[in-house]
Amino acid sequence: MTKTLLSGNEAIARGAYEAGVHVATAYPGTPSTEILENIVKYEGIHAEWSTNEKVAMEVAMGASFGGARALVAMKHVGLNVAADPFFSFAYVGVNGGTIIVSADDPGMHSSQNEQDNRRYAKFAKVPMLEPSDSQEAKDFVGLGLEISEEYNVPVLLRCSTRISHSKCVVELGERTEVPVKEYTKQWKKRVLVPANARVQHCDLEERLKRLEKYVEETPINRMEMANTKVGIVTSGISYQYAKEAFPEYSFLKLGMSFPFPKQLVKEFADKVDELWVVEEGEPCVEEEIKLMGLKLTGKDKLPICGEFNQKLVKDFFTGKGNGSEIEVGDLPPRPPLLCPGCSHRGVSYVLNKLKMVAATDIGCYALGVLPPLNCGDSCICMGASVGNVFGMELARGKEFAKKAVAVIGDSTFLHGGMTGLANIAYNKGISTVIIMDNSTTAMTGHQSHPGTGITLKGEPTVKVDYLALARSFGIKRTVEMDGFNLEEIEKTIKEETSSGEPSLIVNKGECILLQARRKKFKPYKVDSEKCTGCKLCLRVGCPGVSFDVDENCAVINPIFCVGDDCGICKQVCKFDCFVST
Amino acid sequence: MDKATKSIFITGVGGQGILLASELLTSVAMREGYDAKKSEVHGMAQRGGSVISAVKFGEKVYSPLIAQAEADVLLSFEKLEALRYIKYLAPGGKVIVNTQEIFPGPVSAGLMDYPKDIEDKIKEYAEEAIFIDGLSIAKEVGNVRTVNVVLLGATSYFLPFKKETWKEMIEGNVPPKTIEVNLQAFDKGYTTVANYVK
Repeated sequence: MTKTLLSGNEAIARGAYEAGVHVATAYPGTPSTEILENIVKYEGIHAEWSTNEKVAMEVAMGASFGGARALVAMKHVGLNVAADPFFSFAYVGVNGGTIIVSADDPGMHSSQNEQDNRRYAKFAKVPMLEPSDSQEAKDFVGLGLEISEEYNVPVLLRCSTRISHSKCVVELGERTEVPVKEYTKQWKKRVLVPANARVQHCDLEERLKRLEKYVEETPINRMEMANTKVGIVTSGISYQYAKEAFPEYSFLKLGMSFPFPKQLVKEFADKVDELWVVEEGEPCVEEEIKLMGLKLTGKDKLPICGEFNQKLVKDFFTGKGNGSEIEVGDLPPRPPLLCPGCSHRGVSYVLNKLKMVAATDIGCYALGVLPPLNCGDSCICMGASVGNVFGMELARGKEFAKKAVAVIGDSTFLHGGMTGLANIAYNKGISTVIIMDNSTTAMTGHQSHPGTGITLKGEPTVKVDYLALARSFGIKRTVEMDGFNLEEIEKTIKEETSSGEPSLIVNKGECILLQARRKKFKPYKVDSEKCTGCKLCLRVGCPGVSFDVDENCAVINPIFCVGDDCGICKQVCKFDCFVST
Repeated sequence: MDKATKSIFITGVGGQGILLASELLTSVAMREGYDAKKSEVHGMAQRGGSVISAVKFGEKVYSPLIAQAEADVLLSFEKLEALRYIKYLAPGGKVIVNTQEIFPGPVSAGLMDYPKDIEDKIKEYAEEAIFIDGLSIAKEVGNVRTVNVVLLGATSYFLPFKKETWKEMIEGNVPPKTIEVNLQAFDKGYTTVANYVK
């Protein structure tokens, strides 16, 4: 038996491989991204970055119709995007088994909310699996596919940041080849016109009744009996925290939490004096148990907001509070910043300088909101900037629109911004949209997308022409600008926003981290004779430029600086202090 | 084998090689037959942000996280970050600090000062705090990018793993051309702490 260290995401990829998955789709999103990045390394699986999660869900569903085992992965908020096909998927059921992975982000390490997607299982009426470590993450993929095929329903597998990104010891298995099943036309099942959908809804309720029996018997719902003074019902990563906090007590560990195993919970409750529920996020398990009329301790002690750990669980139950004993005072924070040489810096600097309203979006450019760039008035969800800027135009008029832009990344635009752009043109708006085209999905670690001309497998493919796309929407003003040329950026933004017509600007500048993979940069140095100590260069917010108070002079960190491959500080400086080395 | 779970909290700044270091450490623990887990948050590491990685090993490890006052060893790749996360140190735990200073944004921008009394403050909280100049040691062995392995060598002084296992894992995880220099870096880190402790 081969044992190896795998993250939860690597384990899910391995699980898909071992269980004979043939099609895997996703849109990148922390903490789910590495699932597809690892699946693509295995032979025999078509793995793709889809344009967004809705498309990914629909492709996986189609693959299932076609008879293949399929897996679709996304971060928690991605399931909102894919919710429409997801709900219908439950009605129509599967041909090839299908796993839908939702990677939730309690604590919001890299997200805009901390929605608990266990709610979605009950809402959409699909089984919910909750692995507690990498071994289970791998095993539950195979088990979930069997459940999916046996009960004719897609299965939701929920991990969270600490499952996805923690590495644990995993025993590997071999791939089982699962042949692609026959395709038959089943229009009464798959064509969800009302007459068919009514039948499918009733059928889904029947399937759930059968699953209610299964969930009472499955070995992934298990009791671990010890001291029966307290019995703890828990699932997912919360199991690990509770087990470490209270190893002496009895546990009911739920690997499958929807449908809810009422009988099993009742049996467990009868064996213990006191029932506790430990669950990060929403009181999903707690509500089910309360509906059964049982007494328990749960969210009356534990918080709904934020991420748990073993100390928090212990302290809240024992009433010790969760304060730190050590106070080190105010330390300078170290927030993530736009990288030295980032092609988003120029636009952020200019928008701040022009005091423009900027509806921003999900991606690195949102980091421009921090001082000193101060660029950004809103950041909501994938693609929202485009609709947001137009809505503000409608509320405040065309003069306001001349001082406002939407700022959206290339990958984000293709994911959720295109439709908003068509909407501006169609509804006679004059808003300006800036695509921050760095030729990659940077924030999640450089994934390709339909604008990059390359697939997940690294093969060349067609590439979206943003300007032609906008023109096809009826937008006449379309222009590209150089993301490292401040003069050009300022001139272009002024011209386009004041034109009185809708406009698309594409800010060109490949992500510097991609450039760094193939070239060496020549950093600048500061000519200290020329530097007057005016600190204007500090306003570009580059980690490579700092200030020596004693010398009253700017300083370049040569490890960070990319020199003429960026040049933003040099263009801002009025005294020609930045010189090539 | 000591059954109790040991917790190593590693911190520093994005780009310092922290994730490779924690990967190596976890692999060594697994190789020696321990249950081992490590956890970290991805996504911001390349953007100069504060990075933390938690490694735990023992007979059976449950939570992958290290909570406050639980770390047996706090290894910091950067001085300020050591102080930022000192509250994670368990009573009686060891602190190993690379004395390198990397200015965070607000300091670079002249808005805040880099604290001057970090070493004293750390000594207030920790019974045993070791400060080493990893960058100079890495330069001595001939490759500035081996700072992370120097610091692993330093940490290994306090861990129950065999030297051969470390060697095997380093050989398997670094670029072939740099194996020799990394092994030297590891040794040098170890002896620096050994001398320090004496």
